[in-house]
Amino acid sequence: MSPLTQALWVLLLGSLLGFELIGKVPPTLHTPLMSGANAISGITLLASLTLIQQAGDNHALLLVGTLSLGFALFNVVGGFLVTDRMLAMFRSRR
Amino acid sequence: MTFLSSLPISRELLSGFIDLAAVLLLALGIKGLAKVRSARSANGLAALAMGLAVLGLLLQIQPSAEAWLWIAAGTAAGGLAGLLTAQRVPMTAMPETVALFNGCGGMASLLVAVGVARFQAAGLDLLGLISIAVSVFVGAITFTGSIVAMAKLQGWLETPPWTQSSLRHGVNIGLALVALAGGLLLGRDPGGLPLLLLVLGSGLLGIGVTLPIGGADMPVVISLLNSYSGVAAAAAGFVVGSQLLIVAGAMVGSAGLILTQVMCTAMNRSLLSVLFGGALGAAPAAAGQASGGDAAAAYSRITSCSAEECAMALEQAERVVFVPGYGLAVAQAQHALRELARLLEGHDIEVTYAIHPVAGRMPGHMNVLLAEADVPYEQLVEMEIINPDFPRTDVVIVLGANDVVNPQARTDPSSPLYGMPVLEVDQARQVFVVKRSLGAGYAGISNGLFELPQTAMVFGDAKAVLQSLLVELRALGVGRSKVAA
Repeated sequence: MSPLTQALWVLLLGSLLGFELIGKVPPTLHTPLMSGANAISGITLLASLTLIQQAGDNHALLLVGTLSLGFALFNVVGGFLVTDRMLAMFRSRR
Repeated sequence: MTFLSSLPISRELLSGFIDLAAVLLLALGIKGLAKVRSARSANGLAALAMGLAVLGLLLQIQPSAEAWLWIAAGTAAGGLAGLLTAQRVPMTAMPETVALFNGCGGMASLLVAVGVARFQAAGLDLLGLISIAVSVFVGAITFTGSIVAMAKLQGWLETPPWTQSSLRHGVNIGLALVALAGGLLLGRDPGGLPLLLLVLGSGLLGIGVTLPIGGADMPVVISLLNSYSGVAAAAAGFVVGSQLLIVAGAMVGSAGLILTQVMCTAMNRSLLSVLFGGALGAAPAAAGQASGGDAAAAYSRITSCSAEECAMALEQAERVVFVPGYGLAVAQAQHALRELARLLEGHDIEVTYAIHPVAGRMPGHMNVLLAEADVPYEQLVEMEIINPDFPRTDVVIVLGANDVVNPQARTDPSSPLYGMPVLEVDQARQVFVVKRSLGAGYAGISNGLFELPQTAMVFGDAKAVLQSLLVELRALGVGRSKVAA
């Protein structure tokens, strides 16, 4: 399998999986789910790390990669923590 | 590394297995987030998966000492900003917070693609160019769109009138063409003018499509932009050749699309009309004239009453249902409501909260706000479950909600709300609507509930009314009996 078709397979199966995972969501969880899924989309930080590694001594590219890493991590760290803050309140108090 | 080389497993293979574990945990995380019981641990699972993914990648790429410095700088800045934002932001500001985080995710994908296009264009094949074009396009739209959404939700940005005319479609098509031209020409000079056209065209397009959309529809837009940021991440995965990124981005992209659809259904809006219909409220001004003119002028049989009368009805009741809405969140009255509920419960009155799926500023937001005010989760009852109970309810108090209790959505086929699932509060014996004025709801539609004989309006800010209700109830002796006994 060529790398292209392999990547497309991964894309296809990942998309189908996403559709299946979220079947029924109680309205209560719409906001936390949105925020949690949003944190996961910050996984772009993997690309930022790769970019920094490949940059060598190209400082402009290092800067772009680092900026991108910062934005992605802001999304990831903030997203997971704020989701946790919301969900922590849902505990039953009885 | 000597440790690793003594194992019968290569670094490559090990990081591959870590990636697989990360994908599995991510999938379980997304699945668990859709259930109340497992949501919190699922969120932790997804965070763990993210950590594993980073570990796997670092094992594989083995950054140089200098790269580590830059990584540390980016990690410290982004991580700290995220930590502080997540801790400090008030729960009422959740929609704009999610929008901000989301926009930054889009920005990250945009920067990765721009970095590769400008500095590593040499080895790009057609697939690489397409991936970069998609990553820039979706990343830029996600970024500017989310920032506009945030600014509108914060009230920093109004809807400019020109965006309500069909002129905006022309402008947006023009911007899309600019972006398309940049994308098509990217192969000639990946780091030059085409890239600039692509970035500018897509970025402005993100503004152009988000600006016309009204506040009520913004949650749907944020959810859609959230799905886009998944697509942007997947595109960035194609750019740097990371399967993990592709699969995670694809999962978030499609899960976000489903969530957007679920929200649209709950709000009785089609995605197309949200995206292209302009702000809700602009169109009904015309529709409203056909069905009786200006909403405030349309009411003829309004009964209004004081907090004192309302308190007397509450004191007599056996079963009370509160219907909290957007206005309650705006007035920051959740804590006052909780206090009132406690007082009534102490008087042996059964208290529940009826939660419409789109109550609050975005779906599920009201649950978060009430949970923050210490309302027990069990007292929040969803629409389908509470609707059959309204006929045996003595008093319903509607606090800052409007369209979600409009009986015309069930009875009047000519109403723009017709077909939207609503809370059937008109079935209750007595209804009090706490509202600042007779102004229309988001949809700009008059509400037949206000004119029903069992309905009385209590005019005022939700928090002020709740506080005077507390005073009046205490004056009636509610809550004192317990102290005496």
